[in-house]
Amino acid sequence: MKPIAFTLNGVARTVTVDENRDLLWVLRDDLGYTGTKFGCGASFCGACTVLLDGKEVRSCVTPMSRVAGKKVVTVEGLAQGDKLSPVQEAFVEHVGFQCGYCTSGMVISATALLEANPKPTRAQIIQGLERHLCRCGAHLRVVDAVESAAKKMAGGAK
Amino acid sequence: MIRQDEEMIVPEGWGFVETIDRRDFLRLTSTGLLVAFAVKPPDGALRPVWNFAEQQRTPPDFNAFLHIGANGRVTLFVGKIEMGQGIITGLPQIAAEQLNVPLERVDCVMGDTDLCPFDNGTFGSLSVWRLGPVLHAAAAEARAVLVQMASEKLGVPVAELTVKDGMVVSKSDPSKSASYGELTAGKKIERRYEGQAALDKVSEYTIIGKSYPRPDARAKVTGKAMYAGDMVPAGALHARVVRPPTHGAKITSVDTSAAEKVPGVRVVKDGDFVAVLHAHRDEADRALKLVKTTFAPSPSTLDHENIFAHLETVEVARRQAEAAGDVAAGEKGAAQVISAKYRKGYVAHSPMETHSAVASVAADGKVTVWAGTQTPFPLQTQVARALKLAPERVRIITPFVGGGFGGKSASQQAVEAARLAVATGTPVRVVWSREEEFFFDTFDPAAVITIRAGLNAAKRIVSWDSDIIGSGSRGAAMFYDVPNHRTMTKGGWSGNQGGMHPFAVGPWRAPGANANVWARESHIDTLATAAGMDPVEFRMLNLQNPRMRRVLETCAKKFGWTPKPGPSKRGFGVAIGEDAGTYVANMAEVKVDTTTGAIKVVRVVCAQDMGVVVNPEGATQQMEGCIMMGLGYTLAEEVRFKNGEVLDRNYGSYSLPKFSWMPRIETVILDSPDIPSQGGGEPAIVGMGAVIANAVFDATGVRITQLPMTPTRVKTALGKKG
Repeated sequence: MKPIAFTLNGVARTVTVDENRDLLWVLRDDLGYTGTKFGCGASFCGACTVLLDGKEVRSCVTPMSRVAGKKVVTVEGLAQGDKLSPVQEAFVEHVGFQCGYCTSGMVISATALLEANPKPTRAQIIQGLERHLCRCGAHLRVVDAVESAAKKMAGGAK
Repeated sequence: MIRQDEEMIVPEGWGFVETIDRRDFLRLTSTGLLVAFAVKPPDGALRPVWNFAEQQRTPPDFNAFLHIGANGRVTLFVGKIEMGQGIITGLPQIAAEQLNVPLERVDCVMGDTDLCPFDNGTFGSLSVWRLGPVLHAAAAEARAVLVQMASEKLGVPVAELTVKDGMVVSKSDPSKSASYGELTAGKKIERRYEGQAALDKVSEYTIIGKSYPRPDARAKVTGKAMYAGDMVPAGALHARVVRPPTHGAKITSVDTSAAEKVPGVRVVKDGDFVAVLHAHRDEADRALKLVKTTFAPSPSTLDHENIFAHLETVEVARRQAEAAGDVAAGEKGAAQVISAKYRKGYVAHSPMETHSAVASVAADGKVTVWAGTQTPFPLQTQVARALKLAPERVRIITPFVGGGFGGKSASQQAVEAARLAVATGTPVRVVWSREEEFFFDTFDPAAVITIRAGLNAAKRIVSWDSDIIGSGSRGAAMFYDVPNHRTMTKGGWSGNQGGMHPFAVGPWRAPGANANVWARESHIDTLATAAGMDPVEFRMLNLQNPRMRRVLETCAKKFGWTPKPGPSKRGFGVAIGEDAGTYVANMAEVKVDTTTGAIKVVRVVCAQDMGVVVNPEGATQQMEGCIMMGLGYTLAEEVRFKNGEVLDRNYGSYSLPKFSWMPRIETVILDSPDIPSQGGGEPAIVGMGAVIANAVFDATGVRITQLPMTPTRVKTALGKKG
């Protein structure tokens, strides 16, 4: 057990935990951030994806030792108050979900994708989301959503 | 999350799945208009695994409530659950339509056994199809009562009144009006749906038939939507249950001493049922690894390869599902008789949310379980039995469900959570690992389907003899014009008759129909080739059903199908089917890499006649989801196992459909105002195996008779041809 300091959705946090524990369960069980989901526990499905210093990571296999001193952003940290992020807005508009369980991870990955590549092709979006599983089959709507978010964000940046 | 109005409490946001407690419920329904309405049990074919008759405490004609309160808000109390399929939008639309209120004034409380009247469960595409008409009629009943009350209040005859926007208004003098809220304020009016009130005409609909945004969208993109595993009562512990390594293995010894030494760990032992608990899930996981167990091995010698021979030889009585004419006599008139055997393996449901439940025991002993389940009411009985409590001492609350597909009709995890909550005296969370999910899933059964069909000189199908092992009869009903046909079944898609399967099997999206439609439509294609005909033209020649013909014609038009006998090398496929009252046609284009055996599905077109569509966008999303999900069982998904051990335990070896698999998807919903709303959650998946297998044949000239069509199987089949 040792104190680990990091930033969670812009707020400084310190947790005293075993540094081998994974971020997913510290978020969910210790800090009450349940938006990040458990899906497979082995980094295959993407439901637990969060941003670590702006890069997407699978929190189910990210030990707290790697989190120390870093910035963590979860799905709860994307909106500004009541204002959804452009990616979230696009997921709402295009209904990029059905059951919604994989949605947190997809919204996070799409956010990272557009940060790294603001004008992705459709193929790049598909490649960027390839490691996210969705059992309901909302894939088409998810890709449409990310494509539309990219366009809106490009428009807004000008 | 509960919003309080002047005199009543309703869940926030229309259609929102929220929890309100019994006291709130009594306050809500203490005044206002309450209509109880009935759902007739569905067809026997759709009856699920267990015997509901003995579990049904409430009368079968008393299935749902519709309440109109003094603030004019409408609340639906339905035992159905929302698992992504979108009835959270569809059911309120039906009520809003007939009550003439804006959709945002309708709230929906779902899947709570304390608040909602009995419901068998959410499966079989039944919610809009079967509950919808009754909800619609109940809303008509409510409206009639309100108009009658307005007539008395305003002194205007009923015939002179009209209803608009939650108001009853005089046609001749619009100043004479009364809102629903004014009419119901301070009164308690209870009505039972009698089915007398007239419904609006389809042509008058303003809300049904329109697409509305989903009320759960915002919660789902912000991480605020709560699933069972997100419920955390104070002091809750995570439990990990000690499991046998294989199906059929028996625990002989358990040593929990090392686990018990971990700080914060609690151990529960109740006979074979042993669990380690900790406030943090990952620490419970680690403690579980410290438990030492010995087992007597499973007696099973079955595996994913020898299972097909086993299914054919295992002694389970066959039954006749359907028959007409005389098959033997029909064959005498055939110019050629063609037989084939089709095999498919077990497929996992694999919802992204694993089976999850949280149980809590109140000071008075009443047990509350938040469960990811498709069947809250049967589960209530199941939990009550396990705890030896009266059912009313158990409350099941169903938050959002993270996918079900039939797999959450069984909810063993909730029983486990409840037992452990009672044993520890503290709330307990049971969230299955992905490995547990793959182990305890009620898989879509493996099947062996043999079809023998006769074709006469006029290219008409004169006989059809099908023997279905494993997948039951759903989807197998004969709609082609075949004078002599017979369908025998051995075992069904659930219940594991005669122990023929090495583990549990159960309903998987359009249960049995995926296998049965695949086999039938593959065989129809083979007959078309034997007849030297284009597969669409051959189907039309042997098909009189006007609804099915129209669906097929519509699909062909959308696809741009031009007739050519197979194999045309174009890689085009067609399949048609009927499921949950909906008629569906699929067409696909594929490319087959003959070196690797990989199939790329380039394009899928799907047309369906589902009667009156409540929410076209929602229905379209279900079709798209069916198409994507169907790629899985067709191309890749097969649960491998050996001697009781499930070998595929996570997504490293078991692949769900991925983004890169996505074909161009085009959907058409036929305008069908004369047919009531039919099922929409499953039909578009039933033809996916067949349409791709037929397209692969069209591309390569090779008929693949085993699902999934993995690259290895395709390569082997192509090799045999060469």
